[in-house]
Amino acid sequence: MYTPYPENMMESIKKVEASRQARMATEPRRLTADEKDNLLKEFHPDYKPEAFAEIKVGPNKGEKAPLELANMLHSTSRICGENIDLTKVDYDVDVLVIGGGGAGSSCAIEAHEAGANVMIVTKLRIGDANTMMAEGGIQAADKENDSPVQHYLDCFGGGHFAAKPELVKKLVMEAPDAIKWLNELGVEFDKEEDGTMITTHGGGTSRKRMHAAKDYSGAEIMRTLRDEVINRGIPVVEFTSAVELIKDDKGQVAGAVLLNMETGDYMVARAKTVVIATGGAGRMHYQGFPTSNHYGATADGLVLGYRAGAKLLYQDSIQYHPTGAIYPSQILGALVTEKVRSVGAQLVNGEGEAYIHPLETRDVNASGVIRECAEGRGVDVPGGAKGVWLDTPMIEILGGEGTIEKRIPAMFRMYMNYGIDMRKVPILIYPTLHYQNGGLEIGGDGFTKNIENLLVAGEAVGGIHGRNRLMGNSLLDIIVFGRNAGKAAAKKSQEVTLGELTLSHIEDYAKELKAAGVETNEVSPLLLPKYARHER
Amino acid sequence: MENMVNVFFYGKKYSVPADLTIMTAMEYAGYTLKRGCGCRHGFCGACATIYRIKGDNELKTCLACQTQVQEGMYVASIPFFPTDKRTYNINEIKPTNQIMMELYPEIYSCIGCNACTNACTQGLNVMQYIAYAQRADFEKCAEESFDCVGCGCCSTRCPAGISHPMVGLLARRLTGKYIAPETEHLKNRVEEINRGEYDELIEQIMQKPITEMQELYNTREIEK
Ligand SMILES: Cc1cc2nc3c(=O)[nH]c(=O)nc-3n(C[C@H](O)[C@H](O)[C@H](O)COP(=O)(O)OP(=O)(O)OC[C@H]3O[C@@H](n4cnc5c(N)ncnc54)[C@H](O)[C@@H]3O)c2cc1C
Ligand code: SF4
Ligand code: SF4
Ligand code: FES
Repeated sequence: MYTPYPENMMESIKKVEASRQARMATEPRRLTADEKDNLLKEFHPDYKPEAFAEIKVGPNKGEKAPLELANMLHSTSRICGENIDLTKVDYDVDVLVIGGGGAGSSCAIEAHEAGANVMIVTKLRIGDANTMMAEGGIQAADKENDSPVQHYLDCFGGGHFAAKPELVKKLVMEAPDAIKWLNELGVEFDKEEDGTMITTHGGGTSRKRMHAAKDYSGAEIMRTLRDEVINRGIPVVEFTSAVELIKDDKGQVAGAVLLNMETGDYMVARAKTVVIATGGAGRMHYQGFPTSNHYGATADGLVLGYRAGAKLLYQDSIQYHPTGAIYPSQILGALVTEKVRSVGAQLVNGEGEAYIHPLETRDVNASGVIRECAEGRGVDVPGGAKGVWLDTPMIEILGGEGTIEKRIPAMFRMYMNYGIDMRKVPILIYPTLHYQNGGLEIGGDGFTKNIENLLVAGEAVGGIHGRNRLMGNSLLDIIVFGRNAGKAAAKKSQEVTLGELTLSHIEDYAKELKAAGVETNEVSPLLLPKYARHER
Repeated sequence: MENMVNVFFYGKKYSVPADLTIMTAMEYAGYTLKRGCGCRHGFCGACATIYRIKGDNELKTCLACQTQVQEGMYVASIPFFPTDKRTYNINEIKPTNQIMMELYPEIYSCIGCNACTNACTQGLNVMQYIAYAQRADFEKCAEESFDCVGCGCCSTRCPAGISHPMVGLLARRLTGKYIAPETEHLKNRVEEINRGEYDELIEQIMQKPITEMQELYNTREIEK
């Protein structure tokens, strides 16, 4: 017999196998609106008051944020006490893009297309980003039975009616054009022979509108965008983080202080418009959760934007993806794409019961997994954690032999590395910290509402998805809002005349912190998580 | 006591828990990674690594974030490798027989040693995709190279100095843009939107009160 798991798991798998045929004959019932609400209130991590703290200073003073984020907002600027000579300008550009992920790259391409002198600075390499890791796909209402209005309804409802209508409108109305743009750059979407896009459901979609490039959707998009950035000769300064924004004496944003990650040297970039495209916050490990995010996802953009006076929105709303790997330990937190459920795998507890519909929205499914584990129907993992099954062998039964290797090759490879053949046995999952629903607030034009010349795009934005993002709407938003930000930033840069550069807002913020009596003994933004173990 | 193994980072010995990956083992040893670490989950190719197990003469390549440590492992990371990407304007080039010759002529110097395939961290048939590129069979090259994460391990071993991931990328962009069939429904929808056919409908739904939106949402029909 094939036994890739410890004994207790193999025992549980017997129950999963025993119930499989019966489970496959019926689809699990969808929850009612009330049932969903109750499940969320009882089990979703966002509803744990002790995991949040009040923000003591700045435009969102008095509101809640995850403890770890509040801590960063309350910490000292990295450049406090550093002698930064603002008269020595190292880079002088029209548009400065902070972050070389999907949002930053599409922004830079459009700014360049518009004729601006644009530059990207990025913490690691261009493409070392959450965008590279997106597996499942990208939404767009481009099929006949679908429409942007239907997409609007799904996005707005899935986000608990909290999204900003003007942003959702842009998202859904410009979605088909985003796909077309990517396709014309050479992104290889999955298509039928006649060119029809192969589209599937994602959690919370009412139409099959998830476009994919196997389960390397984000990688395919990211590597194409990166290639295009390089082809165009757009300067990309890698291993360089923005640590604070610079303003001018008129109070508008005028650039950023950069830190060379390797040498520790500071540099000054002056720019007429600045786009924050720094992505997510998974490596902040809110509530101790493992994460699916890349190494540099530490909410930097939120911190430096906030210190410059930009407003946050829904900073207390975090997405935990229901299916992160919980076993084996080497891949802890790694994402098991929602597509595994889109193509047929059910969520099954330790008793072999399909306890929920596998394609409820993410927050609901994540809460479901947490409930099953909390109430004793999970499967024990060495080290004390628990998980539930994702019944992958169903995919091969439903779609025919070879479906797994064809449709979700990255997943297959990740598990095979550790001798687990998901065609034969189910895989064990638990929620993983996945996405920052909130971020800096913008208007429909991509600019922050209260700070001149400052734009935000991508996961660093709050408000596009309300309080829960649907799969496939983030890859979409980074393209739609990334492109728009590039165009808008380029246009605006022609009108801007900068005054004298200053960092006085950093001093003011420090004074505010002092007056509020907050002291953390830490510096922010975090830049990289502290993983190195030091014995003493 | 945890099960420990001895590994050597750049020749220096460390004792680390056996269930760690090379990447987490380096952190356990005290390294703060700046280079050679990106996604940490096998997608970005930042963590290309070369190693040899003591007593074995075979040199192996892997992704540090996807590979478990072993006893006697001598590890060196390759955080950067000078692969050579040629630049082009995607709107001007076409999937012709000559394009590879123009942009990546060195692929025609492949000696068929298969070192690239043996080095591939994704288990791809790299020599084969280079062969497809030589024949201007871009679709096949794209298909065969699709799962490439651009780690560059193949290129480190190639006697012909070929930058394999760049060749695959060019083939994929050519395929995606020029060879794959056009999508009629996508073109149509973009035109409908540009003609303003959804403007009124979208304004209407934007104006609806939350209670009505809740009703619409909770009763919406879901495609089977
Ligand atoms: C594993 C995974 C799977 C996903 N799957 C899907 C999916 O199927 N569909 C979907 O729609 N969405 C998916 N998402 C979400 C989506 O991929 C991301 O939300 C989106 O790609 C974010 O893009 P971005 O450009 O805003 O940020 P990123 O792509 O993360 O880019 C941000 C960049 O900014 C850099 N940066 C950060 N701080 C600084 C600083 N201080 N200075 C300079 N640079 C900085 C980072 O290093 C990074 O390169 C997934 C996410 C993950 C993690
Ligand atoms: S083909 Fe791609 S994934 Fe394989 S070794 Fe080369 S660069 Fe790495
Ligand atoms: S390593 Fe280089 S020369 Fe050898 S088979 Fe691969 S491409 Fe050809
Ligand atoms: S860090 Fe991205 S592949 Fe290993």
